[in-house]
Amino acid sequence: MSLLDKHEAYRSAYQAIRDTGADPFNVRFEAVNSPSEGVLNGKPMILLGTNNYLGLTFDESCISASSEALNRFGTGTTGSRIANGSFGGHHELEAAIAKFYGRRHAMTFTTGYQANLGVLSTLVGRGDHLLLDADSHASLYDGSRLGHAEVIRFRHNDPDDLRKRLQRLKGSPGKSLIVAEGIYSMLGDAAPLREFVEVKKEMGAYLLVDEAHSLGVLGEKGRGLAEAQDVEKDVDVIVGTFSKSLGAIGGFCVSDIEGFDVLRVVCRPYMFTASLPPSVVASTLQALHIVQTQPQLRHRLIANAQRLYEGLKTLGFQVGPQCNPIVAVAVPEPGLAVAVWKTLLDKGVYLNLALPPATPDSVPLLRSSVSAAHTPEQIDRVLAVFAEVGEAFGLILSPRQRASARS
Amino acid sequence: MGVLQMDSVTDLTVRQIGRTASQVMQKTVEVTAASNIGRDLGIDSLTLMNIVMELEDTFELSIPLDRLADVETVGDLAALINDLRVRA
Repeated sequence: MSLLDKHEAYRSAYQAIRDTGADPFNVRFEAVNSPSEGVLNGKPMILLGTNNYLGLTFDESCISASSEALNRFGTGTTGSRIANGSFGGHHELEAAIAKFYGRRHAMTFTTGYQANLGVLSTLVGRGDHLLLDADSHASLYDGSRLGHAEVIRFRHNDPDDLRKRLQRLKGSPGKSLIVAEGIYSMLGDAAPLREFVEVKKEMGAYLLVDEAHSLGVLGEKGRGLAEAQDVEKDVDVIVGTFSKSLGAIGGFCVSDIEGFDVLRVVCRPYMFTASLPPSVVASTLQALHIVQTQPQLRHRLIANAQRLYEGLKTLGFQVGPQCNPIVAVAVPEPGLAVAVWKTLLDKGVYLNLALPPATPDSVPLLRSSVSAAHTPEQIDRVLAVFAEVGEAFGLILSPRQRASARS
Repeated sequence: MGVLQMDSVTDLTVRQIGRTASQVMQKTVEVTAASNIGRDLGIDSLTLMNIVMELEDTFELSIPLDRLADVETVGDLAALINDLRVRA
């Protein structure tokens, strides 16, 4: 008998995967040489599962800003901002994010996960309602559990379903906060924000958008989906992360809500954790500057995403509903998904394996994230490997079968 | 309501949960009030939330996810639904 016996179902499912000789949840890189290349099991890998959208992890200006801060301010802050105080960089970063989004207030967190825990658990409370898109990220679900609001789930990207569920809450006191994501992390689809804004106005609710995967990716200025759909003034709160397009770690929240600063003394995931190290703050500030001054990175990213998405679709793979830098291929069954994932790895392509219940509709996914750092040749190499492996496992037809199916 | 009537209301709700679970899981699921949702029926957290979303539409009410923390059996879920229906 072990204390952990309650997790037996997960333990045995994980063991069954490992018994096939693959360990998708414990990949160990021997080297990461650039945003798009690494070494695994002695073999060179194309990295296609990093969320490193703009490829800034190895940007020289980010590295030098970070090392200068490291030398000047040391390795860590060793405490939370309310107890140990803030460094100049924390204020500078918050001012820069607020300015970038054109908002009055910004607050940073030590991770994006904590930003969602903090914001969801404090914006709404007892007697209020939280309306979560069904495909919301785990951090949003966990944030909803940390707070005391009533949590209602609506069908993914479905404004009519959202309206119906808000109507059921009519007459009950309390505020309602709708939660959606810029780009969903599993299938890469975007939220219909314009329609959500209509529902929000009609029902007198508030709207929060998590731009974790869309900051630096969508919109003319890289502010994300709300900018791309021209609804920024109707989005009450935006949360996001520094760990993807900005190449570091950390989370943030921006808003024009009156009295915002009270969050600093009520938001526990902000209050009771050590603040971001100065070196991380410095590279993030520089990366945010690059997002604003180098739109060509975004254009290259989108071109790469199209090359991969259209390429996979043409080969006959079942991809997500929209083309974005997250490109997911559906595989009918978990065992098959593990085998395909491992074969792709053996052939030099690293991407993420996502298994139910972490995926929408319990469909196993081979999840890629494209970077501006990928070359067209790398994407083509990935497509060639996908074609070979997909045919071998019967996920797609061979060129000959495709030709005869057409005739 | 008398004890007998209360029982039959619970019975009807349990039967509806069985129908909805079968529909969401795309296979026949035999349930009783005593069925443990995770252990006996093999329903994971996501599937349970999907079943609850369908039940909200069937019964035209809101079933807040935070109320599911105490739900272990089909009977618990039926009791929660009946409680919410009385309040609605």
